[in-house]
Amino acid sequence: MTEQWWRRDASEISVLVKNKEVSPVEVVQSFLEHINEVESKVNAFTQVWSDYAIQQAKSLEKKIVKDNSSVGALVGVPVSIKEVICTQEGFTTCASKILAGYQSPYDATVVEKLRQADAIFIGKVNMDEFAMGSSTENSSIKLTRNPWNLKCVPGGSSGGSAASVSAEECVISLGSDTGGSIRQPASFCGCVGLKPTYGKVSRYGLVAFASSLDQIGPLSKNVMDSALTLSVIAGKDSRDTTSVDLPQVDYAEKIRKGKKPSPIRIGLPKEYFTEDLNKEVKEQVMTAIQTLEKQGAELVEVSLPHTEFAIATYYIICTAEASANLARFDGVRYGFRHPDSNNIIEMYKRTRSEGFGPEVQRRILLGTYVLSSGYYDAYYLKAQKVRKLITQDFENAFQKCDVIIGPTSPTPAFRFGEKTQNPLEMYLSDIYTISVNLAALPAISVPCGLSQNSLPVGLQFIGKHFDEEYLLSVAHLYEMNREQKLGSPPLK
Amino acid sequence: MEYEPVIGMEVHIEINTHSKAFCTCSTNFNAQPNTQVCPVCLGMPGVLPVLNKEFVDKAIAVGLALNCSIAEWSKMDRKNYFYPDLSKNYQISQYDLPLCREGYIDIEVNGKIKKVHILRAHLEEDTARNTHDLGGGYSGVDFNRGGVPLLEIVTYPDLRSSEEVFVFLTELKLLIQYLGVSDCNMEEGSLRAEANVSVREKGSEQLGVKTEIKNVASFSGVVKAIEYEVDRQINVIKSGGKIIQETRGWDPDRGITFSQRSKESAHDYRYFPEPDLVPLAVSKEWVSRIQKDMPELPQMRRKRFQEEYGLSLYDASVLTSTKAMANYYEETVKLVVEPKQAANWIQVELQSVLTYENTTIENSPVKPEHIAQIINLVRDEVISGKIAKEVLRKVFKTGKPPETIIKEEGLIQITDIDAIRKVVREVIKKNPSQVEQYHSGKSKLFGFFVGQIMQHTQGKANPKVVNDILKEELDK
Repeated sequence: MTEQWWRRDASEISVLVKNKEVSPVEVVQSFLEHINEVESKVNAFTQVWSDYAIQQAKSLEKKIVKDNSSVGALVGVPVSIKEVICTQEGFTTCASKILAGYQSPYDATVVEKLRQADAIFIGKVNMDEFAMGSSTENSSIKLTRNPWNLKCVPGGSSGGSAASVSAEECVISLGSDTGGSIRQPASFCGCVGLKPTYGKVSRYGLVAFASSLDQIGPLSKNVMDSALTLSVIAGKDSRDTTSVDLPQVDYAEKIRKGKKPSPIRIGLPKEYFTEDLNKEVKEQVMTAIQTLEKQGAELVEVSLPHTEFAIATYYIICTAEASANLARFDGVRYGFRHPDSNNIIEMYKRTRSEGFGPEVQRRILLGTYVLSSGYYDAYYLKAQKVRKLITQDFENAFQKCDVIIGPTSPTPAFRFGEKTQNPLEMYLSDIYTISVNLAALPAISVPCGLSQNSLPVGLQFIGKHFDEEYLLSVAHLYEMNREQKLGSPPLK
Repeated sequence: MEYEPVIGMEVHIEINTHSKAFCTCSTNFNAQPNTQVCPVCLGMPGVLPVLNKEFVDKAIAVGLALNCSIAEWSKMDRKNYFYPDLSKNYQISQYDLPLCREGYIDIEVNGKIKKVHILRAHLEEDTARNTHDLGGGYSGVDFNRGGVPLLEIVTYPDLRSSEEVFVFLTELKLLIQYLGVSDCNMEEGSLRAEANVSVREKGSEQLGVKTEIKNVASFSGVVKAIEYEVDRQINVIKSGGKIIQETRGWDPDRGITFSQRSKESAHDYRYFPEPDLVPLAVSKEWVSRIQKDMPELPQMRRKRFQEEYGLSLYDASVLTSTKAMANYYEETVKLVVEPKQAANWIQVELQSVLTYENTTIENSPVKPEHIAQIINLVRDEVISGKIAKEVLRKVFKTGKPPETIIKEEGLIQITDIDAIRKVVREVIKKNPSQVEQYHSGKSKLFGFFVGQIMQHTQGKANPKVVNDILKEELDK
């Protein structure tokens, strides 16, 4: 096979497959060969579904031969799915020992929607256990490496998603973002990562970490592919009452045909550009902003005064919700059960002490503590109040601007083990992404250059509630006019 | 020193929705274990709850019947504790913003009306059923009941005796049954009552330390448990001891309450708002829609029975003591029957047959039209009252209409004066010595003659006509 279909993006592949210019089987085989070649270096996948992918491609081929007019928007596009999203195929382990070998009896709504859009599931990808972490080092399964530097982490928690897209082992990956888990790894691995507005995409079938913050979104090679995917997965789901009923929008079509967004008043939060910000990152971000200025954007300084409380607020709310969400993993009905216990309490204790990794245990304990009687008001209730203030900060800022821009992460990818000994330092790597989840806003990370060590830097665009259309169009405008092209990762 | 009990009740009622509180599984009671389950009620990873609208509708109806205000804004919360009967190890419930708040229910104790104030009624989900007698060292969990809708009704500590508690529970059960939102069957667990009991010196305004009595399987059990607990607490205080705040179980065999869990070892449920469900907004329109469809409640019906049918409070209370009996009564009255007669026949004659045959009015083969026919036949003097009771028993046995039975068995009352006169003359003729005694002043013998006449006519002779003619003939 000569043609390297794995180099193509979703927009190209879907059109070529639909027009019968290439067989989906050929596309899938090309990807599987490439996975075979690079996966030993990257370790993005927890499961590669070679046979299942070929099988899907073959039945898709029959469908196309019969009638290619009714095929879906992602026809023939190989996608990978984060281990935290339920699929009937294979396992859904959340990269945790406690769910080792667990097979979901149902597909997540997003998986159903991708299938209806004729995408091809090629496998599942690594993550921090239960999506708790910023480096994918908390996986109980394996270490995933950053395709731009194999000594560096891919970010997290959707590290496998970002690495698989960056290494071109798939075209699109579905990740989940609770405090930056799509955007930060996308930024570390040099790909695009979109966190939609809370309520935009159904969470049914996403194993819950923090229910009021979790949101599924795509990681892709470019903004257009994220737009394409969002159109497929967005929408009200009767099984998720927190999902919102809004008119369907074909975002890719809007971007393709749409006019240049205008006006573009870019809000630069003064709290994001401080001494703590890595110089190289700052430089790349400022260059990107200039690029947008050349496209007619106007710069406005805005303030998000409660930014300094975001991490504390986040780690109270997310751990509180996690402590309840993860209570169901008790060894009674499914998953790991400790074999030696004499009574139910001992079974709970041993199962959970051995089944969960240290970071997950830390967060369960923290969450249990902040909800305890006597502490609830001081922690959880207060955090909810600060969350409102943070949301108001953004509302005030959006009075003056149309989109907020800043770095996705304060630093490029760091090395393995660099932050594992200090959880607080690890938490700080999510400082720019966390507020967005607290305020339920949509945001996208787009690569904006490389550091001197050839590590990607991500630029974060934050939009208004449910205005993904504008957000994507500005991100696309930047991407089209970006001066420094990243090229392919060296896989070294 | 005299003491008085202070009692508040917590009553759980299973609401009879078609599907469970947060998923589409059936709520049928007697299915095979774990056949009415899905990923949602089994708490599989990734699932989300969706609140059942029928549950909210029915809870609003109960709230209105309890004179509660229905919160325009309420929310669901998570109540966290580990136990295998909870698939998620938290129960979705309502904590600080319940759906129904601040109501009351009027009960009648010793002829006096008493208001029992309702603190709240909130939505929650039932737990699964654990079984420990499977053998092999295993326990089983049946999740069919897990996620079934429950309404928890909490009263203020307004009750002052076990008798008041009994009347309260009876009235509450009646109210819920009238609404048709629950079977309120304590044996099947569709109604569960817990009592918070304390005692204090009579006249004191302060509340004593309370204990909570759980796991009682019947109304009479609740009454006995409270009586025992009140005595126990008074004895503890009188002997200089202190009541410990704790949960106590009820042992029906030994007739005692026993300590289950002290306050110190009580759960910290770590309630917090359920992030998977949006807050519950109930508009005024929603509430008035439910209000409009509310059936007549027992109290209103009782009052109406007195006014419309001229019944006594006692009769009205008996007839409305179940919805089925009240409906039965009204159907009977509709068939142009004298209301007081109908009341007597249903609550005395029919009830005694039902009790004897150990069945309920819902399953009675004697239908309202049968009762109405019997009453009308007596009124029209076609049969005598005595025969009528016999006919009632025969309708019960055969299910045939009274008129058919009367015809088949020739039970029609004889009102033909000539025929009766013939029998009267015969009886007089046959008993000359009694006639002589009667004429010499033994007027009691009149009854003897009536008896003889009735014997000759198999009881079918119209007693009034018999009296008249007998008198006539004897006085000749």
